[in-house]
Amino acid sequence: MSLTDIMNITLMQGFAGLSLFSVLLLMGLGLAIIFGQMGVINMAHGEFMTIGAYTIYMFSSLTETFLPGFASMYFPFAIAAAFCIAFAFGWFIEWALIRHLYKRPLDTLLATWGLSLAMQQTFRSTFGAREVSPTLPDWLLGSWAPAEGLDIPINGLFVLALTALVTGGVLLALYRSRWGLRVRATVANRPMANATGINTSRTDRLTFAIGCGIAGIAGAAFTTIGSTGPTSGSLYIVDAFLVVTFGGAGSLLGTVASAFGIAQTQSIAEFFMTGSMAKVLTLMMIVTILMLRPQGLFASKIRR
Amino acid sequence: MADKKDPIQTPLTDEQRRKVLMGMAAMPAMMMPGMALAQAAQFPTAKVNTTKLAVTDTEVVVGQLHSATGTMAISETGSIQAEQLAIDQINAMGGVLGRKIRVIKEDGASDWPTFAEKSKKLLVQDKVACVFGCWTSASRKAVLPIFEKENGMLYYPTFYEGLEQSKNVIYTGQEATQQILYGLDWAAKEKKAKTFFLVGSDYIWPRTSMKIARKHIESVAKLGKVAGEEYYPLGHTNFNSLINKIKLAKPDCIFAAVVGGSNVAFYKQLKAAGITADKQFLLTISVTEDEVLGIGGENIAGFYSSMKYFQSLDNANNKAFVEAFKKAYGPKSVIGDVTQAGYLGPWIWKATVEKAGSFDVDKIAAASGGIELKTAPEGYVKVHDNHHLWSKARIGQAQLDGQFKVVAESPELIEPNPFPKGYQ
Repeated sequence: MSLTDIMNITLMQGFAGLSLFSVLLLMGLGLAIIFGQMGVINMAHGEFMTIGAYTIYMFSSLTETFLPGFASMYFPFAIAAAFCIAFAFGWFIEWALIRHLYKRPLDTLLATWGLSLAMQQTFRSTFGAREVSPTLPDWLLGSWAPAEGLDIPINGLFVLALTALVTGGVLLALYRSRWGLRVRATVANRPMANATGINTSRTDRLTFAIGCGIAGIAGAAFTTIGSTGPTSGSLYIVDAFLVVTFGGAGSLLGTVASAFGIAQTQSIAEFFMTGSMAKVLTLMMIVTILMLRPQGLFASKIRR
Repeated sequence: MADKKDPIQTPLTDEQRRKVLMGMAAMPAMMMPGMALAQAAQFPTAKVNTTKLAVTDTEVVVGQLHSATGTMAISETGSIQAEQLAIDQINAMGGVLGRKIRVIKEDGASDWPTFAEKSKKLLVQDKVACVFGCWTSASRKAVLPIFEKENGMLYYPTFYEGLEQSKNVIYTGQEATQQILYGLDWAAKEKKAKTFFLVGSDYIWPRTSMKIARKHIESVAKLGKVAGEEYYPLGHTNFNSLINKIKLAKPDCIFAAVVGGSNVAFYKQLKAAGITADKQFLLTISVTEDEVLGIGGENIAGFYSSMKYFQSLDNANNKAFVEAFKKAYGPKSVIGDVTQAGYLGPWIWKATVEKAGSFDVDKIAAASGGIELKTAPEGYVKVHDNHHLWSKARIGQAQLDGQFKVVAESPELIEPNPFPKGYQ
């Protein structure tokens, strides 16, 4: 065990933490908008991620069949398509289901849970019960090795970059655009926002759809590190709610901070103890902090 | 008298001859029901069924209990299909003791109490002659007391951790020693592995398997030493920290029993971290052709898997089986180890019923030991008195196209030993 070995492992371990952070943040981001800003408990959020993942799979099989020469370039287009499809479906679900339930949060929970079951069965009927894997372009596979014994996963770098892009985009949109202004106004005081001429029901629909679209992007990105199956969404949903709740509902900055905290704790603990114990330790930490601060790490200051 | 138009005397025209030939060709098929009836008459229902099972003069009812929905549907679909294929083939041959098999399908829905409830329904209400089913050890443990109390017969297809033996279960998959010991010995001999890193999902099968592996490596066969042993929760998808631990330990062999969705993440991330087959030797006991579909051939190519069956096995039985399976379930379908073991169940049951001359569970349990199956896709298998199968162990190397290339095979059938001495 030489000094360079220890250096390399430390660097790679640091990146492992960053990589988990970007995954958790990407999971939580869409939910932070839907649950955090709008207060809708969307149990089907994981399934919107699965829509994104299956979109990638569909694009991958289609390019393989019809445009083999296009195989190295399809991925960015597929991610854009994942956003669009999840966005459109989110728009439809808001119109058909969610808008009738804004005043009944517990019923929303039940309705979206039912929706998630229905979506899972639809995936199973359409794509089969077995897990599938899109063929990833070559540039996404393997590792970047800047030095001997130091391997940085390229898919991790890709997810990290995508997360930075999406988070930046959401922050910018929420604080610098008309839509963001309307969302913040609606969240802060709905009757007043209505009175000033903001079409709040339209804002709600757009917000929900954007949240779903981001979930689609997240699902698309996860095909590079994990699996896609009809029930993949249920693997993500717990972590997504954990990140948003721990960060403090309604605070996007809180979501970022909480994803970072959870990821580093989990990743460092995993290195020094067994995987199951690391999970126990992380969850204990979250429970303790939530007991002391029920509103989460960052609570938005709204006069109630 | 010799009228030229007498049909008996007239030589047959070509067309007539063809018709006659066709009629003769169809005869076996037409005779089948007759033969079946004759066979059924030879085995009167009162004699072959003394325990009030759902057996009539023309029909025998069996149960099938798998998860068609829920997380385990991914794995259990193959078993459901293979068992159904075997039953269809048996029916096309005239059934068992002249009786057609009718299947009652129940869905365990990946939920262990549901498995228990449905098995009770199959045994008490439907009075099925036997049940083909269960996949996870947890579901088998849930139904076992019911099969023993109601005296049912279960054909269980999955390779499992051993440490179990029941009059009421026939295990058509491998118990742990049949799968693990040969693989480890091969790794030590052929790949000169001295240090082993054990990785598994955190539940009974990987933990028991790894315990056996550790005993074998450290004390029984003295192959070398264990450089690390790690378990991760089911559904875990971030293995970067584990991969760093592996890099720190630099083992000669990664010995893996990661299952389900975690499997996919594990191999994708190994590849992304630069741990590929050209630099690292990895042997797994949890990846079949089914799992490779999800993992993707490019992520696992070059690594090794220890199983008793691979779809690429080159023998006449297997060629016929693969062809029939693809014909029934599409050209893209793949066949893994457990799928093949599921296919054995109905055939072994048929052979046992015919040997015992009875559907009664007690007689089948007694007659099972020594049953031979020469038509098994994996080659010849035999049922041991302990209700497990004698079978060969094989090592396959994963290929880019998702198939395995068989690189080693145990010379003899390996005796099943569910309670191995020195491994407890």
